[in-house]
Parts: sequence; structure tokens; C-alpha cells
Amino acid sequence: MPHSIVPLATQPKVIPIALDDSSNVASLYLSDPKIYARSVSGWFNRWRWTMVFATQLVFYGLPWLSINDRQAMLFDLASRRFYIFNLVLYPQDLIYLTGLLVISALSLFLFTAIAGRLWCGYICPQTVYTEIFMWVERKIEGDRIARMRLDKSPWGLNKLARKSAKQAVWIAIGLWTGFTFVGYFTPIRQLGGEVLSFGLGPWELFWVLFYGFATYGNAGWMREQVCKYMCPYARFQSAMFDRDTLTVTYDVERGEGRGSRPRSDTPAQYHAKGLGDCIDCGLCVQVCPTGIDIRNGLQYECISCSACIDVCDSVMDKMHYPRGLIRNSTENGVVKNLSQTQMLRRVLRPRVLVYTAVLGVITVGMLWSLLARANFKVDVQRDRGSVARMVGQGLLENVYRLQIMNATEQAQTYAIRVAGLEGALVVPDTAVVVDAASSRWVPVRVQAPPRMTAGSHPIAFVITSQAEPPDEVVEKSVFLIPR
Amino acid sequence: MSDFVNGFWPWYVAAISLVSVLACGLLLYLAGKATVVAHDGQADDNTTGHVWDGNLREYNNPLPRWWLWLFILTIVFALVYLAVFPGLGSYKGLLNWSTEGEHQQDVTQLRAEVAPLYAAFAAQSVEALAKDKRALAVGERLFMNNCSQCHGSDGGGSKGFPNLTNANAAWLGERGAAHIVQTVTNGRIGMMPPMGAAIGGEPEMSDVANYVLSLSGSPHNEIKAFSGKSKFSACAACHGVDGKGNKALGAPNLTDDYWLHGWGEAAIVSAIRNGKNNVMPAQSPKLSAEQIHVVAAYVLSLSQSTIATAVPKTP
Repeated sequence: MPHSIVPLATQPKVIPIALDDSSNVASLYLSDPKIYARSVSGWFNRWRWTMVFATQLVFYGLPWLSINDRQAMLFDLASRRFYIFNLVLYPQDLIYLTGLLVISALSLFLFTAIAGRLWCGYICPQTVYTEIFMWVERKIEGDRIARMRLDKSPWGLNKLARKSAKQAVWIAIGLWTGFTFVGYFTPIRQLGGEVLSFGLGPWELFWVLFYGFATYGNAGWMREQVCKYMCPYARFQSAMFDRDTLTVTYDVERGEGRGSRPRSDTPAQYHAKGLGDCIDCGLCVQVCPTGIDIRNGLQYECISCSACIDVCDSVMDKMHYPRGLIRNSTENGVVKNLSQTQMLRRVLRPRVLVYTAVLGVITVGMLWSLLARANFKVDVQRDRGSVARMVGQGLLENVYRLQIMNATEQAQTYAIRVAGLEGALVVPDTAVVVDAASSRWVPVRVQAPPRMTAGSHPIAFVITSQAEPPDEVVEKSVFLIPR
Repeated sequence: MSDFVNGFWPWYVAAISLVSVLACGLLLYLAGKATVVAHDGQADDNTTGHVWDGNLREYNNPLPRWWLWLFILTIVFALVYLAVFPGLGSYKGLLNWSTEGEHQQDVTQLRAEVAPLYAAFAAQSVEALAKDKRALAVGERLFMNNCSQCHGSDGGGSKGFPNLTNANAAWLGERGAAHIVQTVTNGRIGMMPPMGAAIGGEPEMSDVANYVLSLSGSPHNEIKAFSGKSKFSACAACHGVDGKGNKALGAPNLTDDYWLHGWGEAAIVSAIRNGKNNVMPAQSPKLSAEQIHVVAAYVLSLSQSTIATAVPKTP
């Protein structure tokens, strides 16, 4: 047997390849058959729908909330202000977005290490919208068998009506999603008015249609193809797996060999026939949204939706066998026959602890930084026009431009003083008013007494907002004295 | 660079682009048609039959067929793009689009947008605008972009560049708005001829410099200043007998505490010896008359208060 580098899973899996008549000639391309996922009910399915409602309530609902006479959640790209409830963020606050992304990534690592592709199965928009679109499909075209029959039947009034009704609802959901998405960037009430009066701007229209089409196309047509061929997360999550990660697992030892048997058979009777607990009803394959057979072992297509667990449990109940032929278990759990408590204890392993620690530190750090931040920001630039000048009879003057960014929604008055250089003063000692949520450049002069040593002297501008409670920002700069 | 000015190269680039696009299409067509024979003729072996180094076999991991359409879409996009935009050599594209044209269009559009605003400003006098918050905000931005490079962000100037916040500096306060508009529009030339020969040698120039310092009450050497007084007659032609300057000639007042070209004996001696030739460039090609009107108001406001944009501190 020549050594092969072909990556083989422990359970050899055959990818169906398109074969021509000679049956050993394959194309370089593959047309996956359409998947008709059977509807399912059960504990995991209820959780998925709970997550569908939770995420969509937030997504569709948030832009309609108002606070301080404006949309509570608005990313105003044109004026580069990002309103998140009481926060007014500037592009300079990009670090918070970075923080959010780091927290999201680490959470993904953590959850995936503990319980596999939870993200994929329950919260990922691709899953959530596919679930919604499949629900619509089921309501209009019926369940798996009815849909297969409908697709095979010739075009008639019934088929046309059902298909067009489904498309209409899909398109409506897609457009509403696109509209909502754009509503995070353009005030949504104003956007709604523009839609009603056909007054959408060209870019607004483009993005509504773009995101509408993306939702419709991905959730209606692409479905598992997105997870299998397009999504990078699907692939790299496998890198977080270890032998103690919970995955959807078929209990081979208990299940094999598969086969039908009369319901009256006692375990002793069917064991004698060489059968395990799997009755080979094939329901786990029928409910699978990615079209795999979980009994072939862990596969990269599996999004951990646990539909097969739900349906298998219902079959086990009917057969009066114990549940859990297919269950969330770990590789070690199955191999070493670990109990649930033993598996739970193995959650606390170095990988998980490190993820948790890093996640905790970054989350706390970001929250602290958000809470402790001053409600304005200052940038200091030395004036490019002149290095230093002598004013009157020997006083030295440096000029700076201070950009004061007011991150509150009221006009604010700021006092500017300078520290760190003996005798240096801001001239004239006036306060500066900056309008609500806007920024302005203020020229500031600093004068220092004569006969100081030539060179660069570090100074600091201390800017104090005169609001209640007062905030203070300190920005460093230098005072230059020419030779 | 001359290689690329040759008329051959645009054709060369265009041909490479087109041939590449078409070659991609051909590759896709052939790959779509291609089939592979499984190793040993076994279909479920799922390898392509390619073997390297005796035992290295290639796994058949087929791409979904719809992915092929994405590639075809990129080819269609490329061809449409090359037809519409200037991508093929020196071909200008169906839209006749260019970055310069787009910039011009943006400028025209912006001008049209701000025209009513400037028209409203133009209808008012510079003096009135100097008290108009909105005009000052516009003027401040114009000043920051066009004037602050020399005059400083605060208009305070530096050596050789007049301090606009000082009414003495260029008689801003006295000559008023019309003077500012004229200066910004046409620029100004300040010229003082070298006076060393007329005055005498180094000691004489030092004497005159001390006399000039005494005019403004600056620290000076009394004896030298006394000797210098008689030599100052050479300067009086322009700066006046009393040293108070001559506005018509543009000769500065030497009795105030403003020193455009530097304070102290050395700076004054240097001015006497070498003369001065100071130029402010005309802004009219860069700024429109309406813009100059507004920026003049801002400059006027600078000369009237120390920092026009700041509000008095509340007690």
C-alpha cells in the first residue's frame, strides 16, 4: 500500500463527485444536489428559534429607538459621528471598534473551544436568516416531501402560485433587512419617509438593494453553500477544537450496526441480530441543513445546529430507547466513556482558561476605558507657520493649533492653560466654545519669559471643560526657543 | 520616461490586458470541460489520477459549479469596465471619465452649492462681516488654508511676516477694510533700499540703530543714540523726521513697539546695511473675489480683538 498524503478522516468519507457514463471520470466542478431539510422540533430547535427572535428583535428594533431627540443607534458616516445610546464617538475612537472585534473574536475562540460551532448553529446571520427563509418555505410549500414533490411536478397554477408567493415573501424580508441595515447609517424614520415618497438617494437605494439581495440570495438560495465554500470562520473554527470540545456526535458503539427491526424487539433480541440502537430511519440525514450524514463522524460541513439530535431523540422516544444516540459530546467523552460531570470538569483546561483570562482582561479594560473617558478630545499641533517669535520686548511666543472635539450633545466651554514650563502662559486667557458634537481648531498662543535656554521644552496643555462634572484632558507638546 | 511616451506602449498595455482577460476566459472554458480519471479507474478512490514522486496522489476536491459563474462574472465586469473607463492604453472610455474631470466636477458642484452663501456675504460690507459669526467661521477656514502658512494660525506672524492681530503692523485699523482687500487681492511689496553708504560705516549705523531704539523707548545706548540722531536725516525721507512713518510710501512707524523685521540693535543695523525687500504674493488667482471679501473680514476681526474666535471668559 503506497503511502498517501490524502487527508483521510477516521471515518472514510466520500465526496460525491459528478461522474459521467464511464463512472470513473470526474469533472473539476461539482453541482451539489438541492437540500430539502425536513422540519424538526425539540430542545435545540427551540433554542435556535429563541436566538433567532433575540437577534432579530435587536437588529430590526434598535434603529427605531430614540434618545436625546435622535436615533439611539446611528452611524453618521457623512459627518463622521457615531451615536451609540448616550455615547458620541469620533473616528478617533476607532480603538473601541478594535476592542469590540477583539472581544468578538476571543468569545468565538472561547465558545468554540468549549462547545464547538455554537456561533454557526445559533447566532450566525447566515443560519438565522436561512432558518427564517426555510420557515417561510415550509409554510408556503409544505415540508420536505411536499417540497420535493412540488419541485418535480410540472409547472401549473398551484406550483406557480406557491413559488411566486414564496419569492414575494423572501424578497419582502430581504428588502426589509436591507432597509433596516441602511437605517443604522441614515436616520431610519427619514429613510422610511424617503421610501414612501420614492425619494431615496442613489446610494441609499443601492445599499438597500445590495443588502436586500445579499439576504435573499444567501438565505434563500445559497444556504449551506455559504458555510461550505465561502465562510472562512467555518473552516478555522476547527482549529479551536480539541478532544474535549463538545461536538455533535453519533455514538458508533451504541448505534452500529444499523437496521430496521420490529418495535417489539428487546435489546437482547436485536443485539442478537447484530443490530445496535440505530434503526437507520435516515431522519438525521433528512433534517440536516448542510446535507451530511452525522453517522459518518465529525465533518467540516457540520454547523452544530443539533437538528439531528432533536430528531433522533424523538425517534429514540418512540422506540422507547434511551435518548442520546446522537448527542453533544466530546471525543474523549465517547472514547473514554466519560460521564457528563467528568466532561464538565474537563472544560477547565489551559486553553479555555487562557481564552477566558484574555477575554476578561480586554472586556474589563474596554469597559473601564469607556466609562473613564473624558467627554471631549484634544489634538495639539504646533503651528507650521512659525517656529517661535519674539513679541514686544523679548517675550517668546509659540503658536499651536488645538482641535477640540466635543463628544457631548450640548455646546461646551473649555478653558485652556499650559503647564510644565515656568512662567509660560496662554495668551489671551480666554475660554473656547465648541458646539454640540462638533470639533473646531483653535489657534492658541503660549508666551514664555525671555532668557530661557534655547531648545525644546516639554509642556502640557490642560484643557478643562466647564460642564458639570468638569472633565480634564492633558495633551503634551513642546515649546521651542530658537538659538 | 521617454520609453513610455512612445505611441507603441499604450497598444502594448492594451493588448496585454485584453489577451489576459480572454486567456482567463479560455482557461475557465477548458477547466469547465476538463475531466479527470480516477486513480486505478476506481471512482470512489476520489483522486484525480495524477501521481507524483511515485506515490503522491492528488485528491479531487471539486469547486462548486456556481463558483465558476463568479469567475465568468469577473470577466464580464472586466470587459464592461474596460469599455466604459479609461483602462486600455490611451483609450478614454465611453464615459470619458478622468480623475481630473471628476475633481473639476466636484469643484463646480461645490462652487454652485456655496454660491448663495458667498452672494449673501458679498452683499454686506467687510466691516459688517467682521461681526458675523458665520462669515468669520468661513473666513477662519480660508485663513487657515491660505494665510496661516506665513502669518501663523493665530495671525500673529513672525519675523518678516506681519502680525495681523496688531493694528500697527500694517495700519490695518487705520486704513481699514479696503486696504486689506487690496493687499490680499494684489499682494504687496515692501522695499527699503540699503542705507549703509548714505549713513556711513559700521559705527554710524550702530548709532542710528540706537537712536531708532530710543524712538520707541526701547533699551538703548544714550550716547550712541545722541550721535545717531543727526544721521537719521537719511532715514527721515521715508520714515519721517519724527520716525512715525509714512503710510503713503508704506514706510513703517519706528516709534511703536512692533518690530516686523526683528527687535534690537543687530536687527536694525542689518536692515540699514542690507535694506529690505519683502513680498506678499497676490492671492487673486487662488481665491475668488467673494472669498477675499470674507477672508478680509476675518483679518479685520483679527486686528480688532486678540483672538477673534474666542469668547471672553465668564467670570
